[in-house]
Amino acid sequence: MYAALWRVLPGPVWLRVILLIVLAAAVLAALVFWVFPWVQEILPQQDVTVEGQ
Amino acid sequence: MVIEETRGARRRAARRPRTSVIGVIGELFITAGVLVLLFLGWQIWINDLIVGNQQQNQAAELSQTWDKGEAGAPAPADRPDPGEPVVGVAPGDDVAFGNLIVPRFGADYIRPIAEGTEVYGALADGIGHYTGTSMPGAVGNVALAGHRTGWGQPLGDIANLQVGDSIYIETEAGWYKYLFRSLEYVMPTGIDVLDPVPQFPGASPTDRLLTITSCNPKLTAAERIITYSVYDTWYPRAGGPPAEIAAIAQASAAG
Repeated sequence: MYAALWRVLPGPVWLRVILLIVLAAAVLAALVFWVFPWVQEILPQQDVTVEGQ
Repeated sequence: MVIEETRGARRRAARRPRTSVIGVIGELFITAGVLVLLFLGWQIWINDLIVGNQQQNQAAELSQTWDKGEAGAPAPADRPDPGEPVVGVAPGDDVAFGNLIVPRFGADYIRPIAEGTEVYGALADGIGHYTGTSMPGAVGNVALAGHRTGWGQPLGDIANLQVGDSIYIETEAGWYKYLFRSLEYVMPTGIDVLDPVPQFPGASPTDRLLTITSCNPKLTAAERIITYSVYDTWYPRAGGPPAEIAAIAQASAAG
């Protein structure tokens, strides 16, 4: 999977490395700004109050 | 020439193994594991720092609006009897009306308290005040809730409280001092901890109490950790902040 990604990327090795870093940064940003906050909301640990059934 | 070419092709073939189904599944598993670790790291360290700072700043802004830019000198130890505490009126949902200051949680610990316990309202911004429970200083039970992990973990250190620790609630009127007395663990349905006399439904209160609830164990929601504190005294704003938290009161007021 990742080997295929490496083959798909164009250019010499240094360009591929830079592209990979950019891709990883984009994925990380998407995770931090959208995915993680969403996951946090659906986890049960947000319950800190006592309430009747 | 021909031999050279086949050798090169063979070498290239060796460097490019065929993508196998097992290989892809394995890489997906590894990726999933890395994502889970990233999430935990983000939640426990990075996001908590960011959200915690936001809550801290929000609390400081609140202090500034009451202090008009500068906190008074710390109240002297031999100050006159402040008398009966002034009791405020609960504002509307999600409106911040006070700050929680607990020296045991850190020398610069201050978090806003807002009305209600909505997950995306008061609890996302700091501490929530159970609607319908007493306001700070009143005879009865002031009930607060806050996150222990995630969301800036305003109550991350709640289990570290020791008997006699000061817990301050700052409002526009001044600072209410409570002393931590005890803690217990209850099931999430244990609403009796919010009663005017905790665990005694229907009893009429004579003491001024403070109940704080959070989740237990850490990172789960199976039980609730409950801390009880008793009212000690209060410090009217005009008389200056309590000496114990004067540094943070002045830092907040200065912005």
